[in-house]
Amino acid sequence: MIEFRDLHKAFGPKQVLRGFSLAVREGETVVIIGGSGTGKSVALKHVVGLLDPDAGEVEVDGQVVSSLRRRELTALRATVGYVFQFAALFDSMSIYENVAFGLRRREGMTEEVIRERVRESLRLVDLQGTEQQMPAELSGGMRKRVGLARAIALRPKYLLYDEPTTGLDPVTSAVIDELMIRTREALGVTSIVITHDMRSAYRVGDRIAMLYDGRIRQEGTVAEIQQTTDPVVRQFIEGRPDVRDAAAPSAALEGTVAEVGRG
Amino acid sequence: MAGARPLAEARVAGGGPGAIPAPFVRLSDGPTVRLSAFHHILVPSPRAGYLGAMLARVGRHSVGVVETFGELGHFLADILRALPDVRTWGAQVFPMMRRIGVDSLPISLFIAAFTGIVLALLASYTVTSAVPLYFVGALVGKTTMLELGPVLTGLALAGRVGANIAAELGTMRVTEQVDALETLAYDPHAYLVMPRVIAGTLMFPIVVSFAMATAIFMGWVAATMLLPLTTAEFVRGLRLFYVPFDVTFGLIKASSFGFVITMIGCFLGLNTRGGAEGVGDATTRTVVYSAEMILVLDAFWALTLLRPE
Repeated sequence: MIEFRDLHKAFGPKQVLRGFSLAVREGETVVIIGGSGTGKSVALKHVVGLLDPDAGEVEVDGQVVSSLRRRELTALRATVGYVFQFAALFDSMSIYENVAFGLRRREGMTEEVIRERVRESLRLVDLQGTEQQMPAELSGGMRKRVGLARAIALRPKYLLYDEPTTGLDPVTSAVIDELMIRTREALGVTSIVITHDMRSAYRVGDRIAMLYDGRIRQEGTVAEIQQTTDPVVRQFIEGRPDVRDAAAPSAALEGTVAEVGRG
Repeated sequence: MAGARPLAEARVAGGGPGAIPAPFVRLSDGPTVRLSAFHHILVPSPRAGYLGAMLARVGRHSVGVVETFGELGHFLADILRALPDVRTWGAQVFPMMRRIGVDSLPISLFIAAFTGIVLALLASYTVTSAVPLYFVGALVGKTTMLELGPVLTGLALAGRVGANIAAELGTMRVTEQVDALETLAYDPHAYLVMPRVIAGTLMFPIVVSFAMATAIFMGWVAATMLLPLTTAEFVRGLRLFYVPFDVTFGLIKASSFGFVITMIGCFLGLNTRGGAEGVGDATTRTVVYSAEMILVLDAFWALTLLRPE
């Protein structure tokens, strides 16, 4: 179980999180939605201690992350797989080395076991045969899949996805969504997905929480969020430029259409 | 402070619904911002005028400097903590020694060769009839070993090695590769910083010793080919004031330069913020600070090790 409690975080004068609270239960996939720059990634980074909160805390399996000693934090990180927004592959290493990299830290991992684990993880993301290629030789979508393979190679209990489908075409996005669902079924992981891609959020999420103004504006099941009456959430999930004007089409231009259907 | 309100155009939120906790204020038409303890002295009202603005800038700069030193302290503590983690950094040291040391040889020897030639010619130009010409050997040897070998090589490698480290680590930082290392249970200080600092500290003296030898060799070539000097005379001059400590002194300096250049490159690289601009900024600052630190250390070692008893 991952629980954010009244998290505050500022960068210089910019207050990003101000009272962010959210609980993620075992086995579920919670999608955090919200506009760019609202602090979704910032919240996620607190889970693995990449950032320390100014106030509040994040608890993972009963442990308060910011109070852990380095060794305990390392042990905690071993249970969490992190899929970065732009994959964050080590560009000086081959795909094989990237996926094997985290495994080399594990006690009792022979090269034989590592090789088998890497092959299996790459198969799970449909990237068999790319072991010897370098990250720069792959497309953006393929790199994200390698990032996912690197995370699941560690057999984590939790998976954190930072904008897994951002910048991908709709088909590749659907493939990534499918992989997230497949990963969850195959490994039974608890996941937090942050995204602003609503199609993806509806596909992979059990629950959706909207981050707005540094805290959770609303959370609920997919159906609840789809039927919400909160104007801010409605505006976001429908992708409208204005909060108030619910009836107006998003990009209506003034004037009349003179002629349709000829030519 | 009469002339400086907490924040220009700011209204401190009071009680009532939607009240904001004490250290925060809400701008009249903008987001809530958190105020640092120094904020009331750092952001003057328009009435504070030119002097106030100047003081605020000095204040902000001072806080920035103190913060940087604080971060540097954390960085040093992190490195000390990474020291026993040999399992992580051990295997990286040799590749780094090649990258930082061996690959730096061509540029270092190129600089040394020309320095040696010029030194011989400058020396012969300086020594007049009152001083015997074989003093050329003494001048070439002494200046190369004590000063120009380490310092010129150091300055060149501040660009080559320091900039390389800052750009590489800075790019890794902004592309979240450093975060990825941490989530995969690697300590970036052990994996990235330790091998570079160790390689720099060990390899700079080796590179500089080659540079010294090259400069003296080329000084001899220039002296015997361009000046009316024989090899015996040049060597006689070379040995005239030579003490083995000259070389030791030069190599101690070189080692300290290697240490600070790699430290600065790693520190600024890992603290890179923003994208390409941040990486460029970290790289530039690494070269500038390294060059400054080389000159400061140069004076420091002269003051501590060369003063007469």
